[in-house]
Amino acid sequence: MQNFAAEFNSALALILEGDSELWAIVLLSLQVSVFAVLISAVIGMPIGAALAVARFPGRRMMIVLMNALMGFPPVVVGLLVYLMLSRSGPLGILELLYTPTAMIIAQVVLVTPIIAALTRQVIEMLAEEYSEQLRSLGVSRLASVPVLLWDARLALITALLAGFGRAIAEVGAVIIVGGNINHVTRVMTTTIALETSKGNLALALALGAILIGIAVAVNAIVSALSLRAEQEGLRHA
Amino acid sequence: MFRGIIRAALITLGLTAGSAWAEEPFIVVQSTTSTQNSGLLDYILPWFEAESGIDVRVVAVGTGQAIRNAINGDGDVLLVHAKTDEEQFVADGWGVERKDLMYNDFVLVGPKSDPAQIKGGSDILTALTAVAAADAPFVSRGDDSGTHKAEMGHWVATDIDPTQDSGSWYRETGSGMGATLNVASGMDAYTLTDRATWLSFGNKLNLEILVEGDPRLFNQYGVILVNPEKHPGVRANAGQRFIDWLTGPDGQAAIESFKLDDQQVFFPNAN
Repeated sequence: MQNFAAEFNSALALILEGDSELWAIVLLSLQVSVFAVLISAVIGMPIGAALAVARFPGRRMMIVLMNALMGFPPVVVGLLVYLMLSRSGPLGILELLYTPTAMIIAQVVLVTPIIAALTRQVIEMLAEEYSEQLRSLGVSRLASVPVLLWDARLALITALLAGFGRAIAEVGAVIIVGGNINHVTRVMTTTIALETSKGNLALALALGAILIGIAVAVNAIVSALSLRAEQEGLRHA
Repeated sequence: MFRGIIRAALITLGLTAGSAWAEEPFIVVQSTTSTQNSGLLDYILPWFEAESGIDVRVVAVGTGQAIRNAINGDGDVLLVHAKTDEEQFVADGWGVERKDLMYNDFVLVGPKSDPAQIKGGSDILTALTAVAAADAPFVSRGDDSGTHKAEMGHWVATDIDPTQDSGSWYRETGSGMGATLNVASGMDAYTLTDRATWLSFGNKLNLEILVEGDPRLFNQYGVILVNPEKHPGVRANAGQRFIDWLTGPDGQAAIESFKLDDQQVFFPNAN
């Protein structure tokens, strides 16, 4: 184990010394996952909020389904997206397989249910709190969605971060639809999988440490930003 | 129109291959993990890319999956090691023509303690029979890869059906060569591996080569252009150019010069 620790340290040092190839991989990881989370938010937040305020038959059913989709196995998502984007699939003509776009699509499928489900929870509580006020203003349930989303924006950041966490850490789907192609679709998690399969365990672990570091940094930045927003909100109030 | 907008948007975002639509600036090669994990492709591809201007994108999976992906049209060139299946692939019309590319060999690795006492042998059938008789742990790829097909072929020749003991001494990982070697080194088990992956593998722990040199352990690699008549999207010109280079003097010389631990690991034999 002493050997392993030394190996880990030298791997970590090597990486941090500015291996440009590695930073390109880190950048692609962030690019793909941030894009995926933003798209998921645009899709998932209105759906979640609508489910929170609207009343229609089958609503409970949809909520159960959405919550269940949070646990959708990434490999299955990868397979479904592969079948869609394959040259013999319905969208094959777009030639998107083995591109970062394919990875974004897979991550959107994985992340949207998480953001939608968490949004529903947040908005449902808020809607209850505001229900009298909104009713007295004559705002219909669905028309209140944008107001509620805006008001809950700070709480919804947690939903975004949960989605980001799922996206950046995911390997099963992106390795199928991205193909782990060097300089094209190789991201942090697929690099870690590759190095593990080469038996370079110390290097794989060092890469894992960097991935965790990035996740911590992203969370810290978002947390700092939302704290500032909160304080400014208080000052204006 | 709709498609055009999507493409333009994606290209603007820098998320697809950009000018890829016009010509054939890159090809996708469906290949096997041994050629990638050993470092062979990383070593030889820059020569071809510099000479041709064609970027080679390698998707490294097991041979079984590589063939299925190629049947779906998700690759322009297939570079794998299961000759019978490759010939079937061409016979079924999915590939244009199969060419021999290079060979190396499989080796049986296992723990230094060697409970089945097979070390130093050069007969793979005797060795496997001894492993089965000793109920010694044996890890199989179990993933329909070229190595898995080769292993199953040897078991058939021994008249032993190890899958009956699946879960006891015979353990199928259903994963790649590297992952399977990690399992073998973790549980001190025997396993069959191609020599290239073995030499480049970094987590050998107690494992070492125990049986090698049996002519039955011969491991032939072939290269095939995916048939553009089946999948019009196949980048046939660039793909053919890559195959011509690989099987020509420059590519063969590049393969020959690739070494691990001062050993040549792939032996070019395109004719």
